[in-house]
Amino acid sequence: MDLPRYHRLRSAYYRLEGQRCASCDTLQFPARARCGSCGGNAFEDHRLSGRGTVYSYTEMTQAPAGFPPPYLMALVRLEEGVLLAAQLTDIDAHEVEIGMPVEMVTRRLREHGPRGFLVYGYKFRPLLGRRLVS
Amino acid sequence: MRDVFIIGAGQTPVGEHWDLGLRELGATAVRAALDDARVESVDALYVGNMLSGCVNGQENLATLLADAADLLPAEAWKIEAACASGGAAVRAAALAVAAGAHDVVVAVGIEKMTDAVTGSVSAGLASAADQDYEASHGFTFVGLSALMMRRYMHEHDRSRDEFAPFALTAHRNAAGNENAMFRKPISEEEYRESPAVASPIGVLDAAPICDGAAAVVVCTKEAIQSGQEPLRIAASAAATDTMALGARGDILELGSAAVSSSRCFEASGLGPSDMDLFEAHDAFTIITALSLEACGYAGRGEALRLAAKGCVAPGGCIPISTSGGLKARGHPVGASGTYQIVDAALQLRGRAGPNQLQKARRALTQSIGGHGSVAVTHIIEA
Ligand SMILES: [Zn+2]
Repeated sequence: MDLPRYHRLRSAYYRLEGQRCASCDTLQFPARARCGSCGGNAFEDHRLSGRGTVYSYTEMTQAPAGFPPPYLMALVRLEEGVLLAAQLTDIDAHEVEIGMPVEMVTRRLREHGPRGFLVYGYKFRPLLGRRLVS
Repeated sequence: MRDVFIIGAGQTPVGEHWDLGLRELGATAVRAALDDARVESVDALYVGNMLSGCVNGQENLATLLADAADLLPAEAWKIEAACASGGAAVRAAALAVAAGAHDVVVAVGIEKMTDAVTGSVSAGLASAADQDYEASHGFTFVGLSALMMRRYMHEHDRSRDEFAPFALTAHRNAAGNENAMFRKPISEEEYRESPAVASPIGVLDAAPICDGAAAVVVCTKEAIQSGQEPLRIAASAAATDTMALGARGDILELGSAAVSSSRCFEASGLGPSDMDLFEAHDAFTIITALSLEACGYAGRGEALRLAAKGCVAPGGCIPISTSGGLKARGHPVGASGTYQIVDAALQLRGRAGPNQLQKARRALTQSIGGHGSVAVTHIIEA
């Protein structure tokens, strides 16, 4: 896999940046050429909150090359309504349940061989933020 | 558009063919279909295949097969629509004949998966998901299907055990198909205890990695010769849905399957209850359930009840996977859609051996790729 690809994806991968439609305010992640709601093509960048709940999940025990199993994958429903596929981290399979609050963290997604480059991006962990902030 | 008929069908056994490569598998299936049709040459060869580039290092596959099957200088190219490639190749052949571009075309679905190690085959299969936002995060087909299955169980209050009838039916049917990979029935207990590949999906929810090729010859009405057993393609349609699973309004609705099947019903003036069998895309038991709901055989969340009543077994209201399906016949991905049509043709001609249904006049076949992002549906009638 190529370096330019991940460079291109950096704002989505590191900041969970999508877009807000200039005409109807719909949020989209990832960015698209047209708004899925109104067909508009003017957008501003929009950084998603990174907070949401687990919509569905699975423990991958048979994995593709580059992803040592087992690991947890989920669909996360973000506060803003966006449904997003991502890995879960900092949690064991038996602790996960549908509806549990999670938040985005930046973690290593994969490495391209022992001497290859590392790819970082978003994963989700059980929500800690509330405790730290309040 | 001109009417299109299937006049020949051929296949190789599905399995681990250590001694056969792409050229041998492809040429065998193509020549078997031509022999069955009693024709020597064709105007075009369309190849349904998903992984020849990334797993076998072989592109320009259609020319390779045209050469190997002794069909030069016929027009030939490959059609890729993930796991729906085999259905898409048949549709491409039917379109070329219907449009009047060609009179006789052979479509072959082919996949050679066992030359590579499982990890790299999984990575190849995962490339049918969105590489930037799904595959690069560790998602595979099975992982995405597992998310659908978990959500299905949650929303409809179902247990994994309730999916068993799909796997049991497929394995029982495969026992009667000499070309199937797994010719042994399985028990409910074996299903229940099969180890997870991506929870809640277990080994016995999932179709196996394997090799195989299947082919059909299609032609115009005028090109039909005496001695052939023509079957009419009553309808053919394809549709797409979002690449990202999360972008769908409802992840438990297979939009591409629903749209392509309703287009087929509309075009043919037939309905779900007019079908005598349904070759469903049973790559995972959850996909079988969602396909039955998408094609109008069960309401939302009702497919497992249908299966529990025995409806999907031979003699039921809509027998599925009558030759073992993807689950037990085997799922050489880009070939599976063509195998479905070959198996439907055997049923409609009364040549399905021990699996022959009493009444088999019309068949629905549906080939699905990328956890529902693409579907190709056909209605074939005797
Ligand atoms: Zn808009």
